[in-house]
Amino acid sequence: MNKLKILSKSIWVFHFASAACNNCDIEILDVLTPRFDVERFGVKLVGSIKHADAMLVSGMMNRKGAEFLKDLYDQAPKPLAVIAFGSCASSMGMFKVSYNRVIPVDEIIPVTAYIPGCPPRPEAIIDGVVKVVKKLRGEI
Amino acid sequence: MKTIFYFLVFPGFLFALIVGMVASYIERKVTARVQWRVGPPILQPWYDLLKLFTKESVVPENAHLLTFLATPVLFMVSATLVAMYAGMAFFFPDAAFQGDLIVIVYLLTIPPICLILAGAASANPLASLGASREIKLVLSYELVFWMTIAVIWVKTGGELSLVNIMNKPPVMYSYSGGIASVLALFVMQAKLGRVPFDIAEAETEIMAGAYIEYSGPLLGFFKMGQYILLATLPFFISSIFWGGVNVFKYVALLVIVILVENTNPRLKVKQCLKLFWFILFPLSLVALILAVVGL
Repeated sequence: MNKLKILSKSIWVFHFASAACNNCDIEILDVLTPRFDVERFGVKLVGSIKHADAMLVSGMMNRKGAEFLKDLYDQAPKPLAVIAFGSCASSMGMFKVSYNRVIPVDEIIPVTAYIPGCPPRPEAIIDGVVKVVKKLRGEI
Repeated sequence: MKTIFYFLVFPGFLFALIVGMVASYIERKVTARVQWRVGPPILQPWYDLLKLFTKESVVPENAHLLTFLATPVLFMVSATLVAMYAGMAFFFPDAAFQGDLIVIVYLLTIPPICLILAGAASANPLASLGASREIKLVLSYELVFWMTIAVIWVKTGGELSLVNIMNKPPVMYSYSGGIASVLALFVMQAKLGRVPFDIAEAETEIMAGAYIEYSGPLLGFFKMGQYILLATLPFFISSIFWGGVNVFKYVALLVIVILVENTNPRLKVKQCLKLFWFILFPLSLVALILAVVGL
């Protein structure tokens, strides 16, 4: 039996917010509401990285956040899917020239999927979840 | 040989785990319906468990290794033993023994103790907070639980065997038994760690409390123990108070747990202690006095 196939049926998500402006965080909560309800696919938010199968990274990586992100990635039980959430985490967005930025998430830790948008719409998030599931099952 | 079968297959591990997974599915589905969502598929608890056993386990550097590794297994084994004894009294009355009520009540205190040890051994501030809260929770409900057991003991004329208790007329249909059975519902909620008594887990305050450092198979053992407890406790409460178990009584108790869970906020530690010691304990005392008088 394929391990990743089982993993894709019950993805527990840990949310890492590195100084996000809170719009991304609100949109993440949106997909748990009755209209979108990702618990249908076994997706659940957990509070500890040790329980997580996927890490949502939102917000722009600044000097303090980058260290914590690396730490958390090392602590997490593998296999772990990392999702760069929103423009800031994917490509640094409008803060590209800011003095406080370091590097995009994918240069710190390997990223499985990107969800663009500022903030991403819930439909885009569900599309991202589907992509992660497909990638875990080896269909992409 | 028969004992191993009892433990591993029928009233014990396998049976209780499957019933627990179904109960957990019902819990998540009813919660979802209460919140006007669709909810997870029926095999979701099974997927969760299977996934946890395929992941790797991370042990913190500063954790006490033996305690950290042993407590999840002990948690599950003691929950299974409760399931076995409660199930044997119902399904195989001949194989049950005198005094299994006391054994079950004692075995039910082992899972919380395992949780406390696990929290203390994981070398994480939030985990030790969870352990300390679990201690306070146990301190609050255990007294009331013993009082309700005492009411049963008095009402059935000194019976300590589950089989004999189930053969007597249900304790619930009397003043003292009625009060005691309502108190037992509170205790069951607290023993299962469900809202309003989930102060030891409290996802929004201390993440997952004692579970925070557990991952992979070790967390899976805790999950299995929780499923088994969810299967067993309504079964046990129903068999001692409602004069036996059937599917209807079991689901009714489960739905009570779920609805209370979904309509209440979490209590503070202080409020929980106050509720159990200063409101429910006097009530249980009243119930015991009524039982001694013969009402």
